[in-house]
Amino acid sequence: MNKLQNQKAWWLVVPVVILVAFNALIPLMTVVNYSVQETFGNNLFFWHGLGWFQEVLTSERFHASLLRQLAFTFTILLIEVPLGIAVALCMPRTGPWVSVCLVLMALPLLIPWNVVGAMWNIFALPDIGLLGNAVNSLGIDYNFTQQPVSAWVTTVVMDVWHWTSLVVLLTYAGLCSIPDAYYQAARIDGASSWAVFRFIQLPKLKRVLTIAILLRFMDSFMIYTEPFVLTGGGPGNTTTFLSIDLVKIALGQFDLGPAAAMSLIYFLVVLLVCWVFYTLMMRNEEN
Amino acid sequence: MGSVLDLTWMAWTWPTAAFFAAVVLSVVVMGVWESYSPGGNPRRGVFGIDTTRGDRLFISWLGTGFIHLAWLGFVGPPLWWPLGITIAWFLFVFRWV
Repeated sequence: MNKLQNQKAWWLVVPVVILVAFNALIPLMTVVNYSVQETFGNNLFFWHGLGWFQEVLTSERFHASLLRQLAFTFTILLIEVPLGIAVALCMPRTGPWVSVCLVLMALPLLIPWNVVGAMWNIFALPDIGLLGNAVNSLGIDYNFTQQPVSAWVTTVVMDVWHWTSLVVLLTYAGLCSIPDAYYQAARIDGASSWAVFRFIQLPKLKRVLTIAILLRFMDSFMIYTEPFVLTGGGPGNTTTFLSIDLVKIALGQFDLGPAAAMSLIYFLVVLLVCWVFYTLMMRNEEN
Repeated sequence: MGSVLDLTWMAWTWPTAAFFAAVVLSVVVMGVWESYSPGGNPRRGVFGIDTTRGDRLFISWLGTGFIHLAWLGFVGPPLWWPLGITIAWFLFVFRWV
């Protein structure tokens, strides 16, 4: 069989490979090496085999933080995707308000993660924060530094505030690309607005929604800075997600072996999701 | 010690070095195979996704990781069984995926 393209262009990737080798491949190899050894510092390592992997995989602590991570990710997806679609449907398609809406929507995305965490921390403080104080004066007992439920609600609301805009912007772009002929046909048939949404807009949004869901899944699965600044993983361990737990083990307890094993397991999961993401996107492009 | 190529901080062990050598070797073997008998266009397999040979190698290695982790988590060492499953998985992916 004949080759379709000249493959020599791959040599142009060499500089990137060298760069990536220094900032990703060599550190990753080191993590693999750490994951099978025990160290007490001073560059002295002792062979431990696959013990750390087994320990992490069977540890209740890992299961708990994985469960919290999945619960968090699915909660924010369940809120952000429908909310994003709803907001995008309400946004004007023409006129001067388009740019105002787009800028307003883009604003939360421009704020650095740690600033979002700090903002919400101060905003939600029960004694001096605007939100915390207001909720408490309504008679609802709310203190995100001490109550697990309040901490969860605050973390989820913060993520919704920060990232729903991404779903909105992607959905809006998808909505704008639907040709007007579809709507005209729907009007002739006397379709209700629900029917228009169900049979025209939603099918046409399939591509962008796939991208939005997978982007939000991966981003929230790797979330660190915002909950770390907001709650620090507390109260207790109730908002300790995978990455926060990982940093606690690696830098807090300096258990390099278990932390390396855990990060490799984490890495494999993220790699799997990335691959699914890539495959689905390529498939969409073909269709 | 102290030279530029002092790699003690990487804490190399023979098993991990062998693992990376196997990964690199698999890529090299794929390259040689491709140059002797090109794999051609992607094909659609049992999972309904289009894959080239390189994609199938990636799927095989990714699966290898999960097979071994699952065995470690649910059964525990030794890992001869998952190694056998992995070989079967490689053959399955390269033949039918």
